[in-house]
Amino acid sequence: MEILSVKSLNKSYGTHLALRDFDLSVQQGIVFGLLGPNGAGKTTFIRIVNQIIEQDSGEIFIKGQPLRMRHVRNIGYLPEERGLYKTMKVKDQLLYFARLKGLSRQDSISKISNWLEKLNLSQWKDNKIQDLSKGMAQKVQFIATVVHQPDLLILDEPFSGFDPVNAEIIKNEILELKRQGTTIILSTHRMESVELLCDQIAMINQARKILDGPVKVIKNEAKTNRFRVKMIPRAIGNLPDVWDVVDHEGLAEFIVRLNGQQPNVLLTNLMSYGEILGFEEIVPSIEEIFIQKINETHEG
Amino acid sequence: MKGKILLVIKREYLARVKKRSFLLATIITPLIFPTILGIFLWIALSDVSTESRKFIEVVDENNAYFLESNESLAFSYGGLDLDEARELVKEGDRYGLLYIPELSLDEPAGITFYSEETAPISMVANLEAALKSKIEEFRLFASGIDPDVLSSLKTNVNIRSVIVGEAGGERISNSVVNYAVGFLAGILIYTFIFVYGNQIMQGVIEEKSSRIIEILVSSLKPFQLMMGKIIGIGAVGLTQFLIWILLISAVSSLVVGYFGMKMPQQELMEMSGQQELFATGSQEGIVEVLQMVQGIDFIQLTITFLIYFIGGYLLYGAFFAAIGAAVDSPSDAQQFMFPVTIPLLIAYMGLFIFVLDDPNSNVSFWLSIIPFTSPVAMMGRVSFGVPWHHLAISIGLLVTGFLFTTWLAGKIYRIGILVHGSKVGYKVLWKWMKDNG
Repeated sequence: MEILSVKSLNKSYGTHLALRDFDLSVQQGIVFGLLGPNGAGKTTFIRIVNQIIEQDSGEIFIKGQPLRMRHVRNIGYLPEERGLYKTMKVKDQLLYFARLKGLSRQDSISKISNWLEKLNLSQWKDNKIQDLSKGMAQKVQFIATVVHQPDLLILDEPFSGFDPVNAEIIKNEILELKRQGTTIILSTHRMESVELLCDQIAMINQARKILDGPVKVIKNEAKTNRFRVKMIPRAIGNLPDVWDVVDHEGLAEFIVRLNGQQPNVLLTNLMSYGEILGFEEIVPSIEEIFIQKINETHEG
Repeated sequence: MKGKILLVIKREYLARVKKRSFLLATIITPLIFPTILGIFLWIALSDVSTESRKFIEVVDENNAYFLESNESLAFSYGGLDLDEARELVKEGDRYGLLYIPELSLDEPAGITFYSEETAPISMVANLEAALKSKIEEFRLFASGIDPDVLSSLKTNVNIRSVIVGEAGGERISNSVVNYAVGFLAGILIYTFIFVYGNQIMQGVIEEKSSRIIEILVSSLKPFQLMMGKIIGIGAVGLTQFLIWILLISAVSSLVVGYFGMKMPQQELMEMSGQQELFATGSQEGIVEVLQMVQGIDFIQLTITFLIYFIGGYLLYGAFFAAIGAAVDSPSDAQQFMFPVTIPLLIAYMGLFIFVLDDPNSNVSFWLSIIPFTSPVAMMGRVSFGVPWHHLAISIGLLVTGFLFTTWLAGKIYRIGILVHGSKVGYKVLWKWMKDNG
């Protein structure tokens, strides 16, 4: 089922174009990565979905219904620029945010105490944010985002500002929420950080979507059928179709292309030239795919 | 959706009321007034009971100006010459020396007062008044009029100012009482707008600079957040105000009651007798003052005060919220304070220069009609009596005014809260106001 569907969204600030004919479809229960450099239009898109700003044109649907104010109940949002009331107690603060999302008082209180327990913050619930360590405040911030059990969780640069230990905790919580059926949209310019986390991605550059789809498919399509080989050659000069050769005291490293053959056939073929120490397919990272895609669009 | 505004109001209210500083300000501020009152009464009372008479040697070359001693000043006529009298003052036998040279009645000049320390202005004024009346007496005599005849012709006139009420009822009015009421009400509204308007601005800046704002506006509309904050802080102000009224009246009546008991009845009478503005020194005068105070329509006054108090606050509160949204720190806010401060200052100055001076003049009328000045200016008129249609127009415009400023401020607020780190000027604000996105 489609939880979020966006059709030809446009938004500009004065003369600056922020989003141009932007389409997107996000299936329920997946982790969706929204990738692109700073200023590409990611935050603009997220703010429109959160109804913080309005699009110039285009439509947005949540579970098939046109986006309305009542949908704030279904969405959890962790902005890139985030903070808490420093002089407010942890539990009061969480109660306020939960109630603003539309939860009843009773419901809020029980959910808050569950989350505080889960992230080991129960003993701090009567403390003010200013008395907490930065790491603890970050956990409170995360609870504030998810306390109302949203169907759709939108995290803008979620790991920036988190220390490695907390980032790991949050990452695990995200995966746990995914198992429970929550859909998660991650927006980041640090593409390597989400490669392993995302099921699907969309790449945005200069207000336009330039690529989207499941991570596996995108990576498969980006394969160049090249292999990195490490071997002790008997007679390297006779090797066909190799390049980037590094010969180091009898140990050779080079790249070889698969010419329509199966990898095993190539490997068997290579074995006759020497002793194979390594044979590995070269798969470009998401970032490399992104850069390649940008270059293609610029040339085209 | 209304529920969300209520949540914001509640948070803004509790966050402030629960602070220790609120408790301190709320309790200490009203104590200042009765304390000052108490100190003055104490000084006044101890003055009356302990102050010794001041002895003054008079050297009168005319041998004609005999001043009557009273309880604070005693005059001695020792027939000394100027140098001998000076010695007395130097030795401390006399507080001062009044030297009256030979005077011509047409041009009395050269009267001098010598003393070891600077003589109190009030004392010098008393001496001047006494000599003046003596000289006038001599002049009358010189022109053939018997002062006794004149004094028998003199009379005391006090004009009772009575306002003919619309319902046919009459009430005694007194411009001094009205002045005081208008003055107090106007100043209170002016101060309230500034103090609590600033709190709105600080609150918006806090949410913006601590980056909570984006989380908030993903849950509710910016306009709801802004209104919730304005109303919540206004409620804090009203609460504080109510507590102050209760505390001030309770403690003041305690203080006055305490000293009232200590003060001998006779002196009380004398004190009220000195206040010529209010009374004639007789029992009748006290009754009249009470009548004047009772003549003020407190219900009408309270209702209009609350309307202008709240209306003025809402009108300017929206501006303060917009300013807070447009800047990153309180120091940046200065550049935008100008358009808020100027109309308030005009209202404040107008209250003193025009409204209280002549509540029915043209300028007073316009000041009390224009929404930006009416909350302060109209309060200066209300106690003097205002035609109901003036009130209706003024209040109607005030309501329209704050709906307009809130709408305008909402546009600035909505965009401003998401803008960080860029220099915002009037040009940018204008663009935000025009922007519909």
